[in-house]
Amino acid sequence: MTPELGQFALILAMLLALAQGVLPLVGAWRGNRALMATARPAAAGQAVFVAIAFGLLVWAFLRFDFSVQYVADNSNLALPWYYRIAAVWGAHEGSMLLWVLILNVWTVALAGFSRRLPEEFLARVLGVLGIVAVGFLAFIVFTSNPFARLLPMPPDGGDLNPVLQDPGMTFHPPVLYMGYVGFSVAFAFSIAALLGGALEQGWVRWARPWTNAAWAFLTCGIVAGSWWAYAELGWGGWWFWDPVENASFMPWLVGVALIHAQAVTEKRGSLRAWTILLSIFAFSLSLLGTFLVRSGVLTSVHAFASDPRRGLYILAFLAIVIGGSLLLYALRAPKVAGGKAFGLLSRETVILIANLMFTVAAAMVLLGTLFPLIGDALHLGKISVGPPYFGFLFPLLMLPVVLLLPFGPFLRWGKSEPAPLKSVLLRVVIAAVACAIVAAFFVAGQARAIAGVAAAVWCAVGTLLYVYKRWREMPRGRRYPAEMAGMLLAHFGVGVFLVGVLLSESLSVTRDVRMAPGDTQPVGAYTFRFDGVHATRGPNWHAEQGTVTVLRDGRQLGVMHPQKRTYPRGQVQTESAIDPGVTRDLYVALGEPMDPNNLEGAWALRLYAKPFVRWIWAGGLFMMLGGFVAGADKRFRAKRAAVAAAAVEPALPAAEPRA
Amino acid sequence: MTRSLPLVGFLLLVALFGFGIWWNSRHDPREVPSPLIGKAAPAFVLPHLEDAGQTLSKTSMLGKPYLVNVFASWCIACGDEHPVLMAYAHKLGVPLIGYDYKDEPADAKAWLAQHGNPYDLVIADREGRTAIDFGVYGAPESFLIDAKGVIRYKHIGPFTPDVIERELRPLIARLKQEAP
Repeated sequence: MTPELGQFALILAMLLALAQGVLPLVGAWRGNRALMATARPAAAGQAVFVAIAFGLLVWAFLRFDFSVQYVADNSNLALPWYYRIAAVWGAHEGSMLLWVLILNVWTVALAGFSRRLPEEFLARVLGVLGIVAVGFLAFIVFTSNPFARLLPMPPDGGDLNPVLQDPGMTFHPPVLYMGYVGFSVAFAFSIAALLGGALEQGWVRWARPWTNAAWAFLTCGIVAGSWWAYAELGWGGWWFWDPVENASFMPWLVGVALIHAQAVTEKRGSLRAWTILLSIFAFSLSLLGTFLVRSGVLTSVHAFASDPRRGLYILAFLAIVIGGSLLLYALRAPKVAGGKAFGLLSRETVILIANLMFTVAAAMVLLGTLFPLIGDALHLGKISVGPPYFGFLFPLLMLPVVLLLPFGPFLRWGKSEPAPLKSVLLRVVIAAVACAIVAAFFVAGQARAIAGVAAAVWCAVGTLLYVYKRWREMPRGRRYPAEMAGMLLAHFGVGVFLVGVLLSESLSVTRDVRMAPGDTQPVGAYTFRFDGVHATRGPNWHAEQGTVTVLRDGRQLGVMHPQKRTYPRGQVQTESAIDPGVTRDLYVALGEPMDPNNLEGAWALRLYAKPFVRWIWAGGLFMMLGGFVAGADKRFRAKRAAVAAAAVEPALPAAEPRA
Repeated sequence: MTRSLPLVGFLLLVALFGFGIWWNSRHDPREVPSPLIGKAAPAFVLPHLEDAGQTLSKTSMLGKPYLVNVFASWCIACGDEHPVLMAYAHKLGVPLIGYDYKDEPADAKAWLAQHGNPYDLVIADREGRTAIDFGVYGAPESFLIDAKGVIRYKHIGPFTPDVIERELRPLIARLKQEAP
């Protein structure tokens, strides 16, 4: 009975979403306050029913209700309870439900925290979110029902894809979706602003914390995904330019551009149309990501559903939502460049350059991702552009951004004097060159590693110089408002990230070796000793587990246990062993036994020493933290009166440069 | 005008995606033309399923064309394909080598005992390592290898009588003419 209740809840949620999507918009259009007032209760009701549906699906998993097709496909009696919960979003239907649930979380949060917004504006924002929810709920109800029955009920179910049976995987999709879906808020703000016309000028300020939070979640989700790929796939890589990774990366890139463009628009009133367009792009790319993964248009390791009917539905939905908003943009976008003028040497200029680079980079990634499709369309045969394309173009596009990064905070809005910038330039150049020379002795002339150190020092020292300047010039308590602290954290994170990427890419040592028990193998400064393999088992798998002892200068550093797990359905999953460290990771993946009949004998092993690889994710976490901190600035939660004042005069006094 | 540019670009994208859906509904997206077709088959040495002490290698098979059929006891589609192979194995005119993929030997033997064995010989690739060299996507999958050890044809998914009659047998006839 409960699965039917779940389906019923979904249908009710869809009807409420319809009410939320239509009534408040009509109300705002006709000036009818009663209709506008339906937005909040409709949103709350929808959230309740979606939560009920989601809870019932979790419940079905927890009590092994294999009469539900989706449960039977993705779990079995041996699967531990925590992976049964994760299995809810382990395949197509459930992850769509998670998408809608998270959209409801954002909507309810918005409805709760925005009591100070003008009534009409909030009605429009919630209405737009309601329309998005209708699209997804109808998609679930009509094409991807997670509660479909499977009769007769099988005695045991299938299995959750073993690749997903990892702690990282239990929270990667929800966090990633928080980011993806969070851009719907910025999107809804933009559309509401377009609908409302010139009346709403303060909307950018209200949208900023939401955009920052969504972007920070997205950052966290991508970091978790990258970490999971590294730990779980056994290839030692952390980014593969896979279509699905790209699908999350494109909104991230546009999100960076959007965050900065919003700052310009809010403080100076300029780039208004551009900010609106970026909000539409960021959310469109989130939708596009969903489309690419779900429709089977592109094949990828991540893609789990390919059903042309679903693809067609999502395409129609995309055409309505994105096409509709771009049409609205074409008709209503501010025609006259507003805001304060800015000189060539100003903060606006560098932000504009960075914006351009990030947008072009996102377009580049989009082109590369869609290339196989374009190849089909033009009859060029099966082609795909791989890491060489991305690996060449992306750093090229990001180079100007990295070079400009230290100067952004030092530049003033409107117009800057060149003199203080020269001293900053001199200092970062000296620091970068000095560190690069010192590094050159340690990395045996590896050009990329030296470049990595120089670029990282460039960013980090540039950021720290600004921290010092504020410390010296500002009175206590006013030195680092949250918004600025967030910016500094994120910029510092770029430096940390660069160290990780360039040092680990250039200095990693990989050995693919055959080792018999007792054999030793030097990898960089370390010695790995293989102590054989024995059988072990877990709740729903059995495994061959290797024992590898790591030595340095004859001293034992640790013992590592790489595994090769076999799940009930025969799927084999490598479980790498990683010995983490601040300056290096040691990484062992178990390959194949040399003689399948003698598991105690020699095995193929893959050994890595990866210097500074952890800094990649540490850099990402700094950026995430920056996003959250900046979004938490008290200024964004100012009283209604202050908001109204700002709506008339968006710019702050320009005397003090702020982030 | 410039305000409409994003819309125009997006409409082009929609057209591309519409094309993609249409294309994928007419073509099997997994049907990637194997880069190995027309190239020498990878060298392999694999144990017999029945007797792990004996091995079959690429060199020992040179001189005559043969068909390699990748299967596994855990593979459901292989069960669909099995009756077709049982019916056609002896009409093909080339040896049919069973390639037991990522399977427990005991399971595979039981499976063949239960459903019948269409193969002239079965080799076992328990860890699926050689299958990587062959670019195997999954089971069932079949490779036709000519007398010089060159892969001439590949079929992903189960054989149907139609595919065998339309694609496989004409090609086998041609190979036999080539071979002295």
